[in-house]
Amino acid sequence: MKRYVVIGNGISTAGCIEGIKSADKEAKITVISAEKHPVYCRPLISYYLEGKTTLEKMLYRKESFYKDNDCTVIYGKKAVEIDKVHKHVKLEDETTVSYDTLCIATGSSPFVPPFEGLDTVQNKFAFMTIDDTLAIEKTLSKNARVLIVGAGLIGLKCAEGIADRVGQITVCDLQTRILSSILDDTCASIMQNHLQKHNISFLLGDTAKKFDRNKAYMQSGKIVEFDILVLAVGVRANTQMCKAIGIEVNRGILVNDRMETSIEGIYAAGDCTEGNDISLGEKRVLAILPNAYMQGYTAGQNMAGTIAEFNNAIPMNSIGFFGLHAMTAGSYFDESTGGEVYEEKTEHGIKRLYTKDDLLTGYILIGDVARAGIYTSLIRDKTSLKDINLELLHKNPSLAIFFSEKRREKLGGVI
Amino acid sequence: MKRVYADENWCIGCHLCEYNCAFANSGESNMVKALKDKPVFPRITVEEDNKITYAVSCRHCEDPLCVKSCISGALSNTDGVIKIDQTKCVGCLTCILVCPYGAVSQGMHGVVQKCELCLENTCGAPACVQGCPNRALVYETRGDTK
Repeated sequence: MKRYVVIGNGISTAGCIEGIKSADKEAKITVISAEKHPVYCRPLISYYLEGKTTLEKMLYRKESFYKDNDCTVIYGKKAVEIDKVHKHVKLEDETTVSYDTLCIATGSSPFVPPFEGLDTVQNKFAFMTIDDTLAIEKTLSKNARVLIVGAGLIGLKCAEGIADRVGQITVCDLQTRILSSILDDTCASIMQNHLQKHNISFLLGDTAKKFDRNKAYMQSGKIVEFDILVLAVGVRANTQMCKAIGIEVNRGILVNDRMETSIEGIYAAGDCTEGNDISLGEKRVLAILPNAYMQGYTAGQNMAGTIAEFNNAIPMNSIGFFGLHAMTAGSYFDESTGGEVYEEKTEHGIKRLYTKDDLLTGYILIGDVARAGIYTSLIRDKTSLKDINLELLHKNPSLAIFFSEKRREKLGGVI
Repeated sequence: MKRVYADENWCIGCHLCEYNCAFANSGESNMVKALKDKPVFPRITVEEDNKITYAVSCRHCEDPLCVKSCISGALSNTDGVIKIDQTKCVGCLTCILVCPYGAVSQGMHGVVQKCELCLENTCGAPACVQGCPNRALVYETRGDTK
């Protein structure tokens, strides 16, 4: 019997397990989990702090998931080395796990720049795991002053999660705008204004130069005093084990549409990978949950001998703060990069549609996000703008943008 | 598996399906009490395209993107019916970001709602279909691949 092994125990591993089982009902799978928890919904850690979910509800799958899928999980041990010749994985306690086919789903780790004096700070945290979250929670108090370094998705969700439980929150970022990976200046300032109304203050274009216990000395010369420090500067794909055995790695482990790495029999999925982004036409790290699941599922199918491809990945995000939602997808080509932009400002937000070469390549919606998936599908399916009604496309996402024959096809059968 | 299908040749755009849907999922036994002077949150939407109207609700896809993308594990595929556990949903709206039919929406309390074919409420069969005056909505099996 084939020995299936997965390193990591996040969403892409859950996808991988379900993908393997869809193709090989008899499969027995070994999962190597550095974290001591069954698979949980990582992006929900901020909702937990906000009181919108509980540790029990954060479980991604029901309690019997591993048993139901014939999985053996090795908890609390890190995989440290892959022996591609003898086909086994060495764990930190020197034990080994043999495989016939392997999936690397090691995710990413917080990147912490070498700040001077960081070791003098007592309450400092990353915000990536349940353990980080529970550690932060212990330090929260009504008067606590919090400094969050990094105004990206992780830092700002953390800010929202703790806003009602602390006295003051300052977020700093070297970038001059918030959410710089998904929003441009105009859109970012809409969201920033909204966050400021909820007592979150920003120091942008500025970051900590050094720390001394409860003080951060900023590059601008400002001094920020804090009780809790959250480091959310960025993340790095965990690729070390792959690099060590010569698997091709760029910013992430390079995979094709079947999630194969450059070594036969070894697959990779999730935040540790770099796969095709069809909206850009290049490989990039797409560290988002839907992608992790779909990559994992595809890897699993292929590991079990079914040929399957995940060939329409794009960056996409749905993120809300204090009731104001933003959705973004695809790549933003404007006039300077050969594209065209349609923009409409609304009372609380904005709509931006980016088109290039007869395709919708990306969008940004803030405020009204209803039915945005119809726009997303146009990007993923690379639907020609000739096949849709452009005027209705600009108005709002609906199936009326398709001509009637196409629409009847969409609504009339089994999908 | 039986699903809800709309025929735009017969739809008269009366929006009754939206009201019947909201009522069926309200938990109330009186339609007036359930809907009068209240914001209505139906799980089916009547769209209009140059005088042609038709209703759109969850397609219960065989390969549901919403389930694969759900960050809270609240959406699931149970014997082909795509269900939402509203106690697990946190209202991140990722399912709205990915649904190609625009068939999931934010409900009254911020979490997501969607058509569950009235199998989870007291109706037992889709209220939108039962109440459609022109039989523009049908509940039937068409060409399943699984």
